[in-house]
Amino acid sequence: MIKMKILRRAFMLLLVMTIITGIAYPLAVTGLAQVIFPHQANGSLIVQNGQAVGSELIGQNFSDPRYFHGRPSTAGKDGYDAASSGGSNSGPTNRSFLDTAAQRADEVRKENGLSPDAPVPSDLITASASGLEPYITPAAAQIQVTRVAKARNMSVQKVQVLLDQCTKGRQFGFLGEPRVNVLQLNLALDTQ
Amino acid sequence: MTGNDFLQLGFYLIILVLLALPLGRYMAKVLQGEKTFVDTVLGPLEKLVYRVCGIDSDKEMNWREYAVSLMAFNILGIVTLFILQMIQGLLPFNPQGFSAMRWDLALNTAVSFATNTNWQAYSGESTMSYFTQMAGLTVHNFVSAATGIAVAVAMIRGFTRKQVKTIGNFWVDLTRSTLKILLPLSIVGALLLVSQGVIQNLSPYLTVNTFQGGSQTLAMGPVASQEAIKELGTNGGGFFNANSAHPFENPTPFSNLLEMLFILVIPVGLTFTFGHMVKDTKQGWVLFAAALILFVLMTGVSYSSEIAGNPLISKIGISGASAMEGKEVRFGVVNSALFATITTVTSCGAVNTMHDSLTPLGGLIPILAIMLGECVFGGVGAGLYSIFTFVILTVFIVGLMVGRTPEYLGKKIEGFEMKMAVSAVLIPSTCILLGSALASVIPAGTSSLANAGPHGLSEMLYAFSSASGNNGSAFAGLSANTYFYNIALSMAMFIGRFGVILPLLAIAGSMAGKKVTPVSAGTFQTTGGLFAGLLAGVIVIIGALTFFPALALGPIVEQLMMWVGKAF
Amino acid sequence: MGKQSTLDRSILLQAIKESFTKLDPRILWKNPVMLVVEILAVITTYFTIRDIFGHIGSVWFDGQIAIWLWITVLFANFAEALAEGRGKAQAETLRKTRSETIAKKLIGDKTENISASQLRKGDVVLVETGDFIPGDGEVIEGIASVDESAITGESAPVIRESGGDRSSVTGGTRVLSDWIKVQITANPGETFLDRMIGLVESAKRQKTPNEIALTILLIGLTIIFLLAVVTLEPYAVYSGMTVSIPVLAALMVCLIPTTIGGLLSAIGIAGMDRLLKRNVLAMSGRAVEAAGDVGVLLLDKTGTITLGNRMATEFVPAPGVSAQMLADAAQLSSLADETPEGRSIVVLAKEKYNLRERDINSLGANFIPFSAHTRMSGVDLRGREIRKGAIDSIERYLTEKGETMAPEVKSVVEEIAKKGGTPLVVAEDAKALGVIYLKDVIKGGISERFAQLRRMGIKTVMITGDNPLTAAAIAAEAGVDDFLAQATPENKLTLIREYQSKGSLVAMTGDGTNDAPALAQSDVGVAMNSGTQAAKEAGNMVDLDSNPTKLIEIVEIGKQLLMTRGALTTFSIANDIAKYFAIIPALFIVTYPELRVLNIMHLATPQSAILSAVIFNALIIIALVPLALRGIAYRPLGANAILRRNLLIYGLGGLIAPFIGIKLIDMLLVALGLN
Repeated sequence: MIKMKILRRAFMLLLVMTIITGIAYPLAVTGLAQVIFPHQANGSLIVQNGQAVGSELIGQNFSDPRYFHGRPSTAGKDGYDAASSGGSNSGPTNRSFLDTAAQRADEVRKENGLSPDAPVPSDLITASASGLEPYITPAAAQIQVTRVAKARNMSVQKVQVLLDQCTKGRQFGFLGEPRVNVLQLNLALDTQ
Repeated sequence: MTGNDFLQLGFYLIILVLLALPLGRYMAKVLQGEKTFVDTVLGPLEKLVYRVCGIDSDKEMNWREYAVSLMAFNILGIVTLFILQMIQGLLPFNPQGFSAMRWDLALNTAVSFATNTNWQAYSGESTMSYFTQMAGLTVHNFVSAATGIAVAVAMIRGFTRKQVKTIGNFWVDLTRSTLKILLPLSIVGALLLVSQGVIQNLSPYLTVNTFQGGSQTLAMGPVASQEAIKELGTNGGGFFNANSAHPFENPTPFSNLLEMLFILVIPVGLTFTFGHMVKDTKQGWVLFAAALILFVLMTGVSYSSEIAGNPLISKIGISGASAMEGKEVRFGVVNSALFATITTVTSCGAVNTMHDSLTPLGGLIPILAIMLGECVFGGVGAGLYSIFTFVILTVFIVGLMVGRTPEYLGKKIEGFEMKMAVSAVLIPSTCILLGSALASVIPAGTSSLANAGPHGLSEMLYAFSSASGNNGSAFAGLSANTYFYNIALSMAMFIGRFGVILPLLAIAGSMAGKKVTPVSAGTFQTTGGLFAGLLAGVIVIIGALTFFPALALGPIVEQLMMWVGKAF
Repeated sequence: MGKQSTLDRSILLQAIKESFTKLDPRILWKNPVMLVVEILAVITTYFTIRDIFGHIGSVWFDGQIAIWLWITVLFANFAEALAEGRGKAQAETLRKTRSETIAKKLIGDKTENISASQLRKGDVVLVETGDFIPGDGEVIEGIASVDESAITGESAPVIRESGGDRSSVTGGTRVLSDWIKVQITANPGETFLDRMIGLVESAKRQKTPNEIALTILLIGLTIIFLLAVVTLEPYAVYSGMTVSIPVLAALMVCLIPTTIGGLLSAIGIAGMDRLLKRNVLAMSGRAVEAAGDVGVLLLDKTGTITLGNRMATEFVPAPGVSAQMLADAAQLSSLADETPEGRSIVVLAKEKYNLRERDINSLGANFIPFSAHTRMSGVDLRGREIRKGAIDSIERYLTEKGETMAPEVKSVVEEIAKKGGTPLVVAEDAKALGVIYLKDVIKGGISERFAQLRRMGIKTVMITGDNPLTAAAIAAEAGVDDFLAQATPENKLTLIREYQSKGSLVAMTGDGTNDAPALAQSDVGVAMNSGTQAAKEAGNMVDLDSNPTKLIEIVEIGKQLLMTRGALTTFSIANDIAKYFAIIPALFIVTYPELRVLNIMHLATPQSAILSAVIFNALIIIALVPLALRGIAYRPLGANAILRRNLLIYGLGGLIAPFIGIKLIDMLLVALGLN
């Protein structure tokens, strides 16, 4: 009998908590977020000609030499699948991962006309955790400048200026790492 | 490079303590039923909850009643969450039209969230409707964390009360923790996260045409509201598969800092709450100090190992950090190593870096942190009650050396307490060792591995540690969505959670009934640097002794082989 | 000396024999850790024998492991057997040498000297001046002054007479004057004592609460290591290798807490044994453990804090009387008084007034001894009539002679009483000459002892029958933390309950029947052997020397016992670190040569590494037996200081010692070619 009473209380409390924390809370936060930070709450979308072309926070696939390339992605089958995030989960002594990385390094060197023993920025040969990272390190962008300028018939200097504009320092001067948003840089290139 | 890294580490710790101190005091007030500034709004809500549920908030429970109520609530939670996932196709807020999940996955997820584990065998954005995420997962993010706080506070009462049978009222502790601690913090936290770019909407997934002429489907959803409680409740179950590495969950270095603060602020605050409740803040500081020693050590090893990186990658000819696989550029090595430590010393399990891709020693730290029982600050509530287990062991082993039978806060530690404390250490350890040992010799276990060699063993060890320790992070290369892993890990999560909670509630009950021996010069002092060091030492030694052979064959040997250039 | 060593040799031989009989699993199951070692020894032996017939290569190695595992169990058994043997020997000696009170049993009109232990209820004995009353009883004839200070703490003698409520006498108290006939009301302690000695020797020794809790911890650790070792095989299989069962058994035995597991019961027995050496019989190990926890000591004033008797410290003359005159009279009256008080008067007179002691016989004096009727003593000497006594007796004496006491004398008497002293009035020829100031003398070094106890966190409470003023003065001088004045059995009991309700453990000594409730209530109740049967039944220890000061030593022994237990537990667990570093690389080095770096001791071969760890593990038990029996060094310090010291020795030592020990054994094995 006492057990039934406890079960009833447990059930009622679960129900009440579901209403408060499971429905009222997310809906209230949604409401507030939509009013205070509508841009962020809806995905920080980049709109061109009234059309969303992506989110400034989500990386996209770039393989065309005219664009700066982002990091290798393991999200979805072809990479940068924003409905299927995830990393490679390759361990540090995983031979196939190490082979792939070496292969990527060769490709980066070839694409950008580097010597076969030139150091390649590590972020260009390793996949990000989310598979959706929009950023690369400034060094990784730097080695692509000549290639992009050549492919676009632009002066290296001009590309460099855009790159510098799109390079973000550490947040508040000390948080995180300096980085370049590939998507925004490519957008800037296209709207040039 | 390192100067700024240390600045970030130091800044994090200082802000953390500055936030945790007032929060600790506030939580002490709430949990003792004292009036606070939130009462004008939340007081009536609390009373309403009691009225609706027929709860007599003045009625105290003995430990058995407390345990029965707790189990009833949690088992009911598992059952309803299981059902919810099986019928999500029939429910609202499901713009992607996701249908029922496979039963073993639904079971795994139900147990996982009810036990504060939040192991992700599922992939959020491709299996879960918004309704399941909100009314199912978010709810359990709250109540599983509140359950942890309730157990911790029941234990504190056990230590402070004299010769009584009761240790509080579970319904009241749960309600207060949820409404007055977790909910207000989550609302503020969620909005802060949205300001950084974490999404919060109920829109269907958005397909855009990309620059280069393809298309991309952007997953949407009420992320921020879940993100905030995911960290604050040390749950860790991401809205998305990539968890806190996903730019929509954790877009900027500042959002990353916020999330790291959210994970630890309540566990750290609870050490101070403990000090307030036992009316001796030094007792709280000593637990803080012991945990801090271990935390700094582990962060140091993790960071050093990741900075030292992977020589096999360096060999290719690179610039920048060699261990960037599975890391996000915006966070960099230091915030990845720090996050990995924070999320595993607690029972959080949210990740902003893929642990599977960490260097072997960098990956050993998360496994070890979980194996140590997540008592280094630990999960919300769970960390405090876990460290009490080690306090009892430390007091017992070392305390005898002062020539008195061991006592903690004036309470004698006797056979019964020993039996329960030993059980609380043994039960999760047994799950970890037996589970991973079983997995390592049966095809159902090894066929899920993503990496060969010692790293494969690490993946299995990690899975069973994470489940038994209710952490939820993973060496995610392991394909865990199989019958074997779903069921085995469900069992590990359930036993690992309640196999610790029940013995500790029993300790609370037996402690509450004891007399308090007055403090004298002959009393074994449980404050001060020496005790903090001893406590940290006992935690490491017991953990290391239990798991050293397993770790030697996993991450340790892998690190050694990586150094000499071997791959698998 | 020679006798001692033969005794030791026979104990040793007996212990060695018992090490083997204790291999019986029915006996060993009480020690779960060692039972596990025995099971592993059996398994390893089986594999060795199987290999002998199967002609497999590792016979020699497995055989050595098996032998050392058996030796491990034997060493642990030996430790326990040795402790038991010594306890038994101690008890035996005690039984033989125990001194007996002689009773003058009345048979008809004649008395017969018999041992007090032979008295039975209903026997009647005669007790004369200077005799100890042989047992609890009732006075059926006569009146006598009795020194009951051993029981009541009150140093002044009391009057016991037949009839009324002053008829009950207590065993162990002493008749100071006159004689009484006492009917014995309780059977004496002989059988009781035997029962207690039996308890010490008994194999049915119960585990104490702390031993139980510690055993649970040890079982827990054993299970953890069992899991760690058992799961090693699947992990090894995954890694593409196998580990042989004897090697796993070796690893397991090295890891489980065999050191403390092997020595635990020896430590407990040795603790009781150490008490026995000080002539204290503990009824249970639980009592010894409780002694370590004691927070409050109730100490009887007389005998513990003060010397049993009062001493003259001053002569205060009446108006018109010189101090010299008073001293002279006081000395004369005390020349024949052989009580300590009397002697002290003579000594004072000599030291302060240069009055040499005179020979009472050559003076032709007639000494008047103290009697219960007049309650005065004195001397008649060539017409001088000198009397001394308490003020009321002297006043009555003066009144009889038609004189009155000078008011000044009265006020001096009051003054002295207020200061905690005892005034004795001296009268000569119907005139009060003045007052002798008798003072309780605090034992030398006792206040330092109390300060020490305070540093250890133990509160001292003085129990006395004195009035509060006197008690306060003595308490302040002795440096006790608190006192109970005008103590009665009832308020003593109340006091104990009060301390206990505040959570303290209380220790006390007592010997009277009326102490029994308090002794029973206290956590450590030490009954004096001179005390009554009831007291001995109620307490949980008996001090054969009936020395109340021993309570302090008992507490120290209790603490030492717990410390030894804790130190060896810590040592045992700390040892495991080194053993891992010896064994883990050895296990896997064939498959993973990289693990070589963990072999920080640079042990020669995998086999020698494993053997060295196992041998060290066995030898450390035997090496620590003397420490377990003797107990670790005890210093009366605060908890923090003790902890630091013990941690340094047994914690840090426990970490480092095995690294050195295993390396040395490894070198020896290589030198002997056993690897």
